[in-house]
Amino acid sequence: MKNVKCECGHVNPLGTVICESCGRAVGENSKTNDLLDMRYEGTARRSQVRNQTIIDKIWNFFSSVKVGVVLIVLALIASAIGTIFPQEMNANLDKPANIYYEEKYGWFGKIYYLLGFHDLYSSWWYILLVASIGVSLVICSLDRAVPLYKALKKQRVPKHISFMKRQRFFNQKTVGNTEKLVVLAEELLKKSRYKVILDHGSLLAEKGRFSRWGPYVNHIGLIIFLIGVMLRFVPGFYVNEQLWVKEGETKVIPGTDMQYYLTNHKFLVEYYSEEDNEAYKNALEQKGAIVKNFQSNVTLYKASEKTLPGKNPELIKIKDDEIRVNKPLTVDSFSLFQASYKLNEISSMTLALTKKETGEEFGEITIDLTNPKDVYDLGNGYLVYLMSYFPDFVIKNGEPATNSPFPNNPAFAFKMVTPDKPEGEISFVAIQQNLEPMGENQYKMAFKNADFVNYTGLIVRKDLTLPIIAIGGAIFLIGVAQGSFWQHRRIWIKEDNGDLFIAGHTNKNWYGFMREIEKIFAGTEIPIPKDQGLEKEKKDTTNQGVDSVG
Amino acid sequence: MIILVLLATAISYTLYANFLQKNERVGAVGELAPDFVLKDLNGNEYQLSDYRGKGVFLNFWGTYCEPCKDEMPYMNKLYAEYKDQGVEILAINVGETDLAINTFASKYGIEFPIVVDVNGEVQHAYNIYPLPATFLVDSEGKIVKYYDKPMTEEMIREFMEQIKP
Amino acid sequence: MVELSSNFLHTSFILYLIAIVFLGGAIKQKKGINRNKDEKAPIAGKIGICITIAGFISQLGYFITRWIAAGHAPVSNMFEFVTFFSIMFVAGFILFYFLYRSVVLGLFTLPIVLLIIAYGSMFTKDITPLIPSLRSEWLTIHVMTVAAGEGILAISFVAGLIYLIKNIDHSKRTKKTVWLEVIIFGITTVLGFVIITSIFAMTGYKSEINWVNKEGQVEHYQYKLPPLLGPNEWELQTENRMEPLIELPAIIDAQKANTVVWSFLIGNVLYLLVRLITRKRVGQLLQPLVKNLDKDLLDEISYRSVLIGFPVFTLGGLIFAMIWAHIAWSRFWAWDPKEVWALVTWFFYAAFLHLRLSSGWHGEKSAWLAVIGFGIIMFNLIFVNLIIAGMHSYA
Repeated sequence: MKNVKCECGHVNPLGTVICESCGRAVGENSKTNDLLDMRYEGTARRSQVRNQTIIDKIWNFFSSVKVGVVLIVLALIASAIGTIFPQEMNANLDKPANIYYEEKYGWFGKIYYLLGFHDLYSSWWYILLVASIGVSLVICSLDRAVPLYKALKKQRVPKHISFMKRQRFFNQKTVGNTEKLVVLAEELLKKSRYKVILDHGSLLAEKGRFSRWGPYVNHIGLIIFLIGVMLRFVPGFYVNEQLWVKEGETKVIPGTDMQYYLTNHKFLVEYYSEEDNEAYKNALEQKGAIVKNFQSNVTLYKASEKTLPGKNPELIKIKDDEIRVNKPLTVDSFSLFQASYKLNEISSMTLALTKKETGEEFGEITIDLTNPKDVYDLGNGYLVYLMSYFPDFVIKNGEPATNSPFPNNPAFAFKMVTPDKPEGEISFVAIQQNLEPMGENQYKMAFKNADFVNYTGLIVRKDLTLPIIAIGGAIFLIGVAQGSFWQHRRIWIKEDNGDLFIAGHTNKNWYGFMREIEKIFAGTEIPIPKDQGLEKEKKDTTNQGVDSVG
Repeated sequence: MIILVLLATAISYTLYANFLQKNERVGAVGELAPDFVLKDLNGNEYQLSDYRGKGVFLNFWGTYCEPCKDEMPYMNKLYAEYKDQGVEILAINVGETDLAINTFASKYGIEFPIVVDVNGEVQHAYNIYPLPATFLVDSEGKIVKYYDKPMTEEMIREFMEQIKP
Repeated sequence: MVELSSNFLHTSFILYLIAIVFLGGAIKQKKGINRNKDEKAPIAGKIGICITIAGFISQLGYFITRWIAAGHAPVSNMFEFVTFFSIMFVAGFILFYFLYRSVVLGLFTLPIVLLIIAYGSMFTKDITPLIPSLRSEWLTIHVMTVAAGEGILAISFVAGLIYLIKNIDHSKRTKKTVWLEVIIFGITTVLGFVIITSIFAMTGYKSEINWVNKEGQVEHYQYKLPPLLGPNEWELQTENRMEPLIELPAIIDAQKANTVVWSFLIGNVLYLLVRLITRKRVGQLLQPLVKNLDKDLLDEISYRSVLIGFPVFTLGGLIFAMIWAHIAWSRFWAWDPKEVWALVTWFFYAAFLHLRLSSGWHGEKSAWLAVIGFGIIMFNLIFVNLIIAGMHSYA
């Protein structure tokens, strides 16, 4: 990079706008008398200077704030589009996506699906968009933070008069005892917690420099956050499984590599009543039952040895727990969340062998629907054979069959053997149905009772990226607070042959800065700076009478 | 500069992994078939890795799965034929009642071993849900094919040939 | 206790109404409050502010008593949240009053606050017990923080709105005047909704209508407004009630659409009345009120409120929300519409802050952005809660 020499003799890197040493404007800026552009202390930034190679061009592209804003706006619009229709992953489709969207939402839905918007947030272009924002974050921060840090670190106290005159806050006054005033200023400024440096009759008071780094800190936070998100795709970092367990059942916890097992002892649902709080009366009348709580009472086990699917290893108990919403069970790096449930699946049915005419009963059988026996001996020559069992009964091609292995609609084919009918009678029993395919029977199986069981629906999660994401978020917040709630303020005072010059600069909140300066120097002879930026604008507007806010 | 290269690499990996994740569904062809231990209706244990050196026709089925019913006779016939040629059939029921399985097995006169995946752990390991699902495992224990549609007798024969040791 | 809480809310409503009068009076007094201040504020303004603070304390009274009555933080349904948001809105104004001593900010803030309180009151006020997923301290933490952030951001909207009213050339019809009127029209539509809903609620209007949904099943609506728009294959169940004028296809929620159409109609009527009577655009009408204001100060207020509100919103609306979502639902982000629109809001204000780095975006452009930003927040509050389905569906 070629260099630019300043009047004061200091050699500045090419692209510098304000001399690093004396503060004079260098380059084109030196010709005018406008207010200095104090951004980045007027230092040379790579993106302003180098523009030859393709690397430079890429760098400059991503370093630009304009480009950054465009990327943010694009991400904004894209994200909004994903809310027009429910996303595939959230919608619990009962049909394949290509049919679902068209059926439910018409031609609009069809286009939505064809454009891939139904799965927008994991589409390649959305990921690329977010990644571009990430790249922009890295590059724009490096491009600016490094020169800014160097410049602020080595800023010199005495500034040339032109520098001070071209600050937004400036004033000068001819007074006699300039030296004493400078000393007074130092005292007053120190009381207001400014860091004051004196150098050859010039004074620099500085406060809040740390807030300049706010934006860069928050960018780092975002970058860490995005890294955390990317790490999700690395195997082993992220597990997300579903686990349904019946009451009384013990199952392996999926995703834990067969290490952990869970027993569901009981699943319960509680509802609100007026006794909980009489204020609920209206709401309960309107809405009927409102769920108060649902939880799974479980025991967590660890396998005593490494095992294979299908084998039942010996289990070591770890702990008992109650899992409910907002209170997951945690073990190792896994967490089990109470997500959903299914109530009242039939677990067993009790029927009585009954003589139809007399209603006399000859014994009851209880069929465990998970393990029905093929014969039930009631004694005294009474036997019930279970010929077939259909958990989810349906007629297919004229024959009884089952739709699924779940007892949604249990049906049984019985052969009832009695002393007076030793060849047996066939009866087909389903819910609300009693068929006698072989002609009228003398006996029947009468339904007496059923037992039910609940399922708990849990989600198993392991997410090692969480700490990274959390740290990224925390750093982001710190950076935003750092940059938003404080300001970087500087005041220069210079005395020269009976003249006192004062200039001020802040990166935010000029109004508050002015009020602070007025307060600090109230009652002294030190001149309060005038806001040259404001007055310039005022000259342009008409009808400004009293500047009032009402 | 190095930074750009690093960024580009990270992003490409992410996109690639994202793509992979979306398309990964089943126990991967080309990988070692996940080992397991299951019992048949008499309590005998069958471990997949015991079959090393032989080809295994692994078939997941249920009594409610229509195509499964159609395939059973073919599988039965070819089981007898290929047993001496080093190809075994192992039928894994997805966890129905003994009664249902017994009835079914008697009805179709099934000769090959039927084991029961009581807890669904093996189905989970092979990442399947729809039935029927057939995995062809070669004599070294690798999955060479996954097939989830109805099979004709010729297809089954072809599959058996494929995994002859 | 519940009644006491209601009374507090009604009291605050009236207090704000009175405060508006005093604040308006303060504007009329030509002696304004200077930027380089310490000048004596006009007495009307001071009284106005005191009454505003009294109203705020009364609202806090409503909040605390309702919390005690319900046993949980009253931010769990549409009515409670909207009302709490209005509290935070006033809090934001009070904060900025003490920073910048701007009385006119209050003159514009309070009517909007009143409208928001009225809007919230249109929803059921029953104290509802918390369903299991809401039973967590995070309900309090997340919702209250995000409302605080939004309340502060709302101040940027008010300052921006005032800026536009002041700065736009109303002498002829331009794109800008039209858009400003559109914003005003949006506000009158909300007012229309409040008015028409209140009127029919007072008469106890109810109409039961059965209809057929997409799957061919019969469903049931209870209309609280006369059905201009009716649902698919409607069948009127209640006697002596108006029949729907237009029948909508099953994929559109006819009851909600009907409410929206009514709101637009009444809003239209109100707006046209004002235009006809005053023969001016509303923006034009309001301009003399704000003629003597310092627009740089307005710009500064608008910017500063985003600067302060953005971190609070990020903390409450994103960070706390994500933490709670993880604990309750096992995943901290699922691209649920409410989450996405919070992200959209976040993106928007981030873009705003970046654009302000270039001075070309100060002033009027920034004011337009501030208005749009608030629009996005309102979209999230109204449309996403009520119309788009998701885990956050309320009311």
